[in-house]
Amino acid sequence: MALTSTTTDATQIIKVHSDRIDAAMAIQFKEDMRNQAEGGATRVVLDLTSVEFIDSSGLGAIVASMKQLGNERRLDLAGLHPFVEKVFRLTRMDTVFKLYPTLDDALSTSAD
Amino acid sequence: MYNGKCLDLSFAATETEASDGIAQLSRGLATHGLPAHKAGDVKIALAEAINNVVEHAYADITPAKVKVRCRLHQNWLEILISDTGNPLPGFRVPDGIPASLGSTIEDLPEGGFGWFLIHELTSDIRYERSNGCNRLSLRFDFPEPV
Repeated sequence: MALTSTTTDATQIIKVHSDRIDAAMAIQFKEDMRNQAEGGATRVVLDLTSVEFIDSSGLGAIVASMKQLGNERRLDLAGLHPFVEKVFRLTRMDTVFKLYPTLDDALSTSAD
Repeated sequence: MYNGKCLDLSFAATETEASDGIAQLSRGLATHGLPAHKAGDVKIALAEAINNVVEHAYADITPAKVKVRCRLHQNWLEILISDTGNPLPGFRVPDGIPASLGSTIEDLPEGGFGWFLIHELTSDIRYERSNGCNRLSLRFDFPEPV
């Protein structure tokens, strides 16, 4: 799974270059997130604009990625497609993460 | 008279084949006229059911095939998923109780949502075990908008 990362000020943006995060790629995603986010900014925004679908394994991998960041850092999610947003809403994970419709929305809101 | 449209697909029970199979079925159902507002529900439930087969039914045994048979009618869709793996625990459809979110980030569950999602998104679930074969049937109703 391809991830790319850019950092501006106190925010690291990690973009997912895949149309899905599912059971077949959940473990790889978790590992790649660990490598990309290591030593980065306090706030990480995961850009999901390319991702059209996630399943519960993909959701679990995103949750695991947030845990990997530890307590001093946070993971926000941007660019959620309707199917992706639905999985977060049904599992109530939308109450755990900050979800932004687009990357621009996420970046125009600074970290707390 | 039978007037449903058919879409069948069979693939090896591996995560990669399943991932491609789910995408292919979802595209095929759209082509056959599955209403767009149901597409997400169907794809999510279908993926969870197929992933369960790959991860659990064929756990510790040599994976064989997953067979998926879709019948699309005007107001409902029925999807039958069959495999020759281990039966569901207790020979019944598991309850759809979602994993608790806990109170801290460390407590957050990283799994345990599969059957909850299937229950939430389907109109009916049936399971039958016979002749060493699991047959899980998922039904999605979509009454015509008034």
